[in-house]
Amino acid sequence: MPSGALGLNYDKAALARGLAAKPDLIAIDGGSTDSGPAYLGLGVSKYSRASTKVEWKGLMQARAQAGVPLVIGTSGTCGTDSTVDWMLDLTREIADELGQKVRIAVLRSSQNPKEMADAFESGRITALPHAPDIDAQTFRDCTNIVALAGAEQIAAAIETGADIIIAGRTTDTAIIAALPLMRGCHAGAAWHGAKIGECGALCATNPQAGVILIDFDVEGFTITPMADRSRATPHTVSAHMLYENSDPFILFEPGGHLDVTDATYTALDDRSVRVTGSKWVPSEAYTVKLEGSALAGYQCVLMALLRDTHYVEHAAEWAADIEAKCRSKVEDRLGLAAEDFRIELRLIGQNASFGDLETNPGASTEIGALGIVTAPTEALANEIGKMLNPYLLHHPLTEEEEQPTFAFPFSPAELSRGAIYGFRLNHVLELSDPMQAFRLEVIDHG
Amino acid sequence: MARLGQVVSKVRSKNAGPFWLTIDIFCGDSQAFSQVCSSLSTERVAAAFKTDPFAIKRFEIDSLNVVKFSLPRPDIQGSITDRDMHGASWAALLAELDLN
Repeated sequence: MPSGALGLNYDKAALARGLAAKPDLIAIDGGSTDSGPAYLGLGVSKYSRASTKVEWKGLMQARAQAGVPLVIGTSGTCGTDSTVDWMLDLTREIADELGQKVRIAVLRSSQNPKEMADAFESGRITALPHAPDIDAQTFRDCTNIVALAGAEQIAAAIETGADIIIAGRTTDTAIIAALPLMRGCHAGAAWHGAKIGECGALCATNPQAGVILIDFDVEGFTITPMADRSRATPHTVSAHMLYENSDPFILFEPGGHLDVTDATYTALDDRSVRVTGSKWVPSEAYTVKLEGSALAGYQCVLMALLRDTHYVEHAAEWAADIEAKCRSKVEDRLGLAAEDFRIELRLIGQNASFGDLETNPGASTEIGALGIVTAPTEALANEIGKMLNPYLLHHPLTEEEEQPTFAFPFSPAELSRGAIYGFRLNHVLELSDPMQAFRLEVIDHG
Repeated sequence: MARLGQVVSKVRSKNAGPFWLTIDIFCGDSQAFSQVCSSLSTERVAAAFKTDPFAIKRFEIDSLNVVKFSLPRPDIQGSITDRDMHGASWAALLAELDLN
């Protein structure tokens, strides 16, 4: 594993050390839901194409040197067919530049919203804990829906004999667990090692270095960070099960779950850790998780800075008055109903992080007033933003006082955010065959 | 009376998917771990987040001196009312609680 994600960079010397250890596969994650619903909604990558290209080129060279498969999961942040195609384009471009002749396996994870609506109506889609309420229309509303592939689909891609595997949405662990499972290694160890390794060297000291090596066998796995000054200890490795997991002992995957309650972590030396005792518990039904993102409106944002002590002290009252007056102006002049739009001022320096949950607002020298307008169309969002503008510039706390002026950091003051998206699904889809929801294509390039 | 953040090594928060938030309290040693286990009730965590204590999962992991709480996100990640895309800041709500 060169790093936690393509786009985060990796230590070249550590990668060279990893290659010298003769790995059987190089795996890297290309994304997750962590950057929010817009990337999935739009079907685009969060990372720059130029950065992704530099890093992917380095890994394509490493693959050619090592003569083993290179796998990327969740290509292009969200793993839709559009970001898989983006990654495929990059791969072809780099292969041409390097003069590489490569077999590329492409695994696609996008789902047809209409077919998902039908699957929901026929009872093949069920809710996970704390899922939003949905109906069949929810699926049709989504601009993109992906299913998370597991080890079976990655194994099918590896079996094509591909040099490079470009996968759409997969679980973070599947791209690492697939090969050891195919080779008959311990199933609990395969998934546990994959979970520990999926964030690169985040399971060790000096986590920014990225590169780690995992050796799987029939009883367990051994993890070794490749960078100078980077050490894995029983504490850093076992603590990594806490990270981003709502349950630190159980991890659900397609086809079962990992249970690490009885895992034992042993230091082999001052930098490597051996783990045994993890369990894989197969499930009766084979399910894959779904992610879907739908249009949630259009936004326009504005920013003003309050530095006058009197206004800093009374910022909450000032903001509430602006929200009320501007709402009423929008209803009056645009003929919108109150529920059709939203105007919110978040006071940065006061309670912008927690809102009503803030217990320690403190005393600020200055406050940033972030105006957020949400409306059903881009034109309306921008119209409302322009109505909010004069309030943020000049609104007085009382009618008696001299007209104040607040600092605007930019012109135009209204920044159109365009379409915004929202996550709609926290559900699983039952499959009769692991490949049922996925498509595998093999391309011989060059 | 000390605040949680002054007693332990680190409190961190992070999304566990778009619908859940998880908060890890690294107590540092067994003494701090015992103190956190006995004085930080799930009800107080629920009150800090104005949520139902029964919605909160609590883990006390003595081998790591870690107390972990997972709860449904105050707002779904990236929704119009969400303030923190990655769940980065929520740890402070617990770190600033006074330990009884």
